[in-house]
Amino acid sequence: MTYVDDYPGAAKLVRWHFGVAFIAFALGGVFGLLQGLYRTDYFREALPIDATQYYTVLTGHGVLLALVFTTFFICGMFVWATTRSLDRPLYSDRLAWVGFGSMFVGTALAATAILNGFAPGLPFDSADVLYTFYAPLKAHPAFYFGAALLVVGSWILGAVYFLTYREWRADNPDARIPLQTFMVLTTFIMWYVSSVGVAVEVVVFLIPWSLGWIGQVDPLLTRSLFWYFGHPVVYFWLLPGYLAWYTLLPKFAGGRLFSDPLARVVFVLFVLLSTPVGFHHQYIDPGIADGFKFIAMTNTMMLLLPSLLTAFTVVASVEHGARQRGGDGYLGWLRALPWDEPAFAGTALAGLMFAAGGFSGMINAGMNINYLIHNTIWVPGHFHLTVGTAFALTAMAVSYWLVPQLTGKPLRHRRLASIQPYVWFVGMTLMSNAMHRGGLAGLPRRTAEPVGDAGASAFDTVFSTIAEIRLQIALGATLLVVALLMFLVVMLGTWLSRPGVSALSVNGHIPEPLSGASNGPRVLDNLKLWTGIAVVLVLLAYGVPLGSMVADGILNPGASPFPV
Amino acid sequence: MEIHRFEKLWLVASLLLIAGFVATIVYGAVGAGVAMVDNSGGQVAASDPTASSDFRDPGVYQTGDGEYDVYVVARQFSFTPGSGTPIRVPEGSEVTFHIASRDVTHGFNVVGTNLNTMVIPGQVAQLTVEFDDARSYHVACNEYCGAAHHDMTGTIEVVPAEDFDESEVAEA
Repeated sequence: MTYVDDYPGAAKLVRWHFGVAFIAFALGGVFGLLQGLYRTDYFREALPIDATQYYTVLTGHGVLLALVFTTFFICGMFVWATTRSLDRPLYSDRLAWVGFGSMFVGTALAATAILNGFAPGLPFDSADVLYTFYAPLKAHPAFYFGAALLVVGSWILGAVYFLTYREWRADNPDARIPLQTFMVLTTFIMWYVSSVGVAVEVVVFLIPWSLGWIGQVDPLLTRSLFWYFGHPVVYFWLLPGYLAWYTLLPKFAGGRLFSDPLARVVFVLFVLLSTPVGFHHQYIDPGIADGFKFIAMTNTMMLLLPSLLTAFTVVASVEHGARQRGGDGYLGWLRALPWDEPAFAGTALAGLMFAAGGFSGMINAGMNINYLIHNTIWVPGHFHLTVGTAFALTAMAVSYWLVPQLTGKPLRHRRLASIQPYVWFVGMTLMSNAMHRGGLAGLPRRTAEPVGDAGASAFDTVFSTIAEIRLQIALGATLLVVALLMFLVVMLGTWLSRPGVSALSVNGHIPEPLSGASNGPRVLDNLKLWTGIAVVLVLLAYGVPLGSMVADGILNPGASPFPV
Repeated sequence: MEIHRFEKLWLVASLLLIAGFVATIVYGAVGAGVAMVDNSGGQVAASDPTASSDFRDPGVYQTGDGEYDVYVVARQFSFTPGSGTPIRVPEGSEVTFHIASRDVTHGFNVVGTNLNTMVIPGQVAQLTVEFDDARSYHVACNEYCGAAHHDMTGTIEVVPAEDFDESEVAEA
């Protein structure tokens, strides 16, 4: 029996979530190529955008990929993970559809406002505010309503996972929480704790302000609320990737997870430490005492621990799988892995690239070295390795394995699928290394004209030239979009194929870990305890600085809106 | 809980790495003297920073022997001074920048250096740096600030002491 036969209602929900995610991925990806070519000045004359519309494209790229693609994919994947690991249908499909509807309407509103940037004069005005939407740059209210509905919809899906778990708990009073459900619930505890920040920013400040009900907002306060949410959101993207690396990658490699209890420890650490770190995005902001930046820095460095532990456990599990398949030697076992299986290759390459992204993240986290790279193109170079590959390539790889189980149709265009992860990997290697090096030379991010009026000679590269960096970025962006199109062809081909043409060969069973949940202390499953500690840590890190920003007047020192 | 021997070693090595990173940063702050931008610049009116008693008219002011204060106002899409007229300071001087925005959030990044700060309406970014060599620096606004953001650039000219004309300094 496949998943779609066991849980037809949940499978339909997951399919719709993935469908919206992939459409956002397609549009956002094409925007990325436009951007990459424009800013590197390749074929600029032939592109359908000008310098101002560059920022419309940039806003669309960020919102559609970082917010829409991720959130829809994650909420869908978690419906699968919850029902599969609890072995029961959702508490309520209807409630889940309400959540999906809210996210869908929100996305439509925000996307319409953004796309209006191409045709000013339409009723939704424009929303060229980028995905960080720092006030006092002001978008049309539809943009903020859309963002709010997207978040609220994800909260409703989260409630469905928790209610489903509660039903399961009533039937299984003494059992350990199944690992995938544990990961879903801890990820959503973190998401609830952190997304409060952006909800307050948008609902209390930006919506009333964009409607003209209040005349000004405090740019520093709203920006700090954004980053209160803005760092945990990267773990909201990453943890579903971790779920795949822990629970699926060992299976794809032919083995079993090394340790269930350590996986739980890692997720608990993320619940505790993901939120009280947001000031590390504001190291060079005026108006925030350096002590709070220091606290955020030490918390951020501690966050390396769960990721370093993950690197060990995942590699050990993959090695175990390779040895089960007959691999041997210190490194010779690598050859025994199924590198031609797209689900394995994609997940493994994503994990490898995340290691590189982790190292550049350590540089970002270094409070004083951050001055050198803050808001240079180094930063998008970093997060294209993390959200842009650790998440995105894992999502694509998981889709190769999961979509057949969601549709009951075997994967089509297998050969294309098995090459696709490598095309993405090569494209990202070219683009990201060049972006990191450009950042070291001081090339700014978020700009249509990186070198400005100074010309390339104002930027000292460590080696090579600005021209070579530009070429690699343009080439990398092109390969990434080629890989994206390959993925979409495989997905569309699979989805639209007639059912029952050939037998489904995918095996949805996930083997038990080598060291099971019973080897770990029960306290790991005490979700209330971890939530409580997480809230205390947030209050310690954020209570005083946010309190002082509010205490000097909640809208002061304020700034009036600047429509863009 | 059973933890494999190799995993214990890995855990200890990870914790040492983290402690090492924190130590280098503490050294950077205490030993090498890399100060963070913080709240010492104070606050100003978001729409009109120069009206505040804590902020002066844009320009270069001498505050001591080889010490200068530079007040910069950022706006869509220029720095004053910096964009039309370059910021000129003598070689070997210690310069404290006070930078404020009169509209939206901007960035002030002296390319190729660690002189880099956000400029947030209502807050004064204050940083002190030393200019050892006579040369010209490119300044980029590195936070998106609107349709012509990419045109928002500036120049700092560090000139040999003998070429620096004291009349360029604003009246205190």
